Amino acid sequence: MAAKTTNQKAWLFVLPVIVLVAFNAVIPLMTVVNYSVQETFGNNVFFFEGVRWFADVLHSERFHASLLRQMAFTGTILAIEIPLGVAIALTMPKEGVWVSVCLVLMALPLLIPWNVVGAMWNIFALPEIGLLGRVLNGLGFDYNFTQGPVAAWFTTILMDVWHWTSLVVLLAYAGLRSIPDAYFQAAKIDGAGSWAVFRHIQLPKMKRVLTIAVLLRLMDSFMIYTEPFVLTGGGPGNTTTFLSIDLVKIALGQFDLGPAAAMSLIYFLIVLLLCWVFYTLMMKNEDQ
Amino acid sequence: MSMITLKGIRHSYMPSPSLARDDDWALKEMSLEWSDGGAYALLGPSGCGKTTLLNIISGLLIPTQGEIWFGDKNVTEEPADTRNIAQVFQFPVVYDTMTVYDNLAFPLRNRGIDEALVDKRVREIGDMLDLSDRLATRASGLTADGKQKISLGRGLVREDVNVIMFDEPLTVIDPHLKWVLRSKLKELHQRVGATMIYVTHDQTEALTFADQVVVMHEGGVVQIGTPVELFERPKHTFVGHFIGSPGMNVLPCSIDNGQVIFAGQQVQTVDMVSGAPNGRTEIGIRPEFVSFSEQGLAVSIVKVIDVGRASIVEVRHADHIIKLLVPEGTSLPSAEAYIQFAPAHTHVYINGWLVGGD
Repeated sequence: MAAKTTNQKAWLFVLPVIVLVAFNAVIPLMTVVNYSVQETFGNNVFFFEGVRWFADVLHSERFHASLLRQMAFTGTILAIEIPLGVAIALTMPKEGVWVSVCLVLMALPLLIPWNVVGAMWNIFALPEIGLLGRVLNGLGFDYNFTQGPVAAWFTTILMDVWHWTSLVVLLAYAGLRSIPDAYFQAAKIDGAGSWAVFRHIQLPKMKRVLTIAVLLRLMDSFMIYTEPFVLTGGGPGNTTTFLSIDLVKIALGQFDLGPAAAMSLIYFLIVLLLCWVFYTLMMKNEDQ
Repeated sequence: MSMITLKGIRHSYMPSPSLARDDDWALKEMSLEWSDGGAYALLGPSGCGKTTLLNIISGLLIPTQGEIWFGDKNVTEEPADTRNIAQVFQFPVVYDTMTVYDNLAFPLRNRGIDEALVDKRVREIGDMLDLSDRLATRASGLTADGKQKISLGRGLVREDVNVIMFDEPLTVIDPHLKWVLRSKLKELHQRVGATMIYVTHDQTEALTFADQVVVMHEGGVVQIGTPVELFERPKHTFVGHFIGSPGMNVLPCSIDNGQVIFAGQQVQTVDMVSGAPNGRTEIGIRPEFVSFSEQGLAVSIVKVIDVGRASIVEVRHADHIIKLLVPEGTSLPSAEAYIQFAPAHTHVYINGWLVGGD
């Protein structure tokens, strides 16, 4: 066998991608890493601090509280959006003109910009003039999302469910539509009821799209910022201050760049870890 | 188990088909009887209505018109799960998340059958299909032929099946396994004794599997018969073309006063024709029954194709191309060639239908 020709020219073709990735990911991330080990003073004076900020963040009660809030929020919206999305996808028509009508209706919330969603819900939920606020108060509930933590959480979660369940619906619907008719016919012949059809055909066939749905919602909701910021601003008090809101408060409010950078990196690693654990668990049985 | 009778079945996928328009109907009016324990094949090209007919028998489709009887019971309106039928689809249907065992047990468990009996039946069927060593593995890990066996097993596992239907079950199976699986089906038919209906567009599959072959064309049944009947007396030129390799020679002829004339020569035929019938008249003769001779129809040889134990010889007379199947080692005439038709196998068709074939 002849020796393989070595051709260094290939590097030239990879170069644009390397430059692109460097500018949009590596360099910004490294800047953050740089900040995370230094103390900043005015006039661009920096002091090396080692891992102090990381230790501080990890031991900070404030960070623990936001992380806990974040997990509660993400857990709750996943627990609502995934089953609800699947349920809606199951009831959607399979053919005819209503398919397009349903799909367009479902896609609408996804097309609205985050800050508009926040503003919409802010007005919608205002106790005196908002439709939701007026109705709830009219029904005898003491509802004011700017003052009650429960009301604030309720509104934030409702807003997220409204905004993002559609994504789960569309993914689940696509998964359902890709199941060949023969499966349903075979199940019919085998005498399977609708629960058995769901449990043994529809759910397993939706596994891949649901994995994607869960991962997307997990990442997105873990990084949620704009909507709660516009709706509640993290309040009342700190009750809806999720990780990213807290981060912005530290970085831009207090201008503590070092601790904020350390927190960003820890935040990033948490998201990465969660996704990895989740993906591994969901895919564990795939290749057996 | 019982005889299956179709009475005046007709089906259309359109919302309001017109009786007058033939094209509206995926399945034209037909009445058929399938005797208990028979091995049938439904043969026809893609889109001829085979699967529609199959789905009507299985209850996945309710026919637009007509009735289906299982024995002395009208099951036209009954859903698939109460008809006690089994169906194997073109692409293997297995429940991926279950083991092979649970797959086979599924139809029984759905019907609330006692777990001890389920276990007995599943093991029995597992043995029958050579799946017993894989009962505990996940069904999704099996190859296509293993999955098709599971599909079949889910049908066989119920003791009361009226009929087992196969909708082109070997499509996704590797060629060398097709033969194995086909003989397995044949063996199972003898062992289980259930009626089996096998849908295919492959004549080899149909002819080797079935005792009775139902040939369909454009939504209607053209002929029902044993493989030999289909070969020797095709009722329609379509059957002649479709079955046999190569298909039957169909040549235009004229009929005058009971005499069949092709290319200016009188041809001896097995079917008696009287007078001068109206419509398109043709003679049909299989390549197996055309031979070279000292005299007869003068032809020139166009092409010779070696197909192993025989050769297909294409000859031409004027505008007509005629195929012959000659055994290996026959020396072909060089310059002037003449061919003869075997009278006992020369049929006359009027408008495509065999003369004297009912």
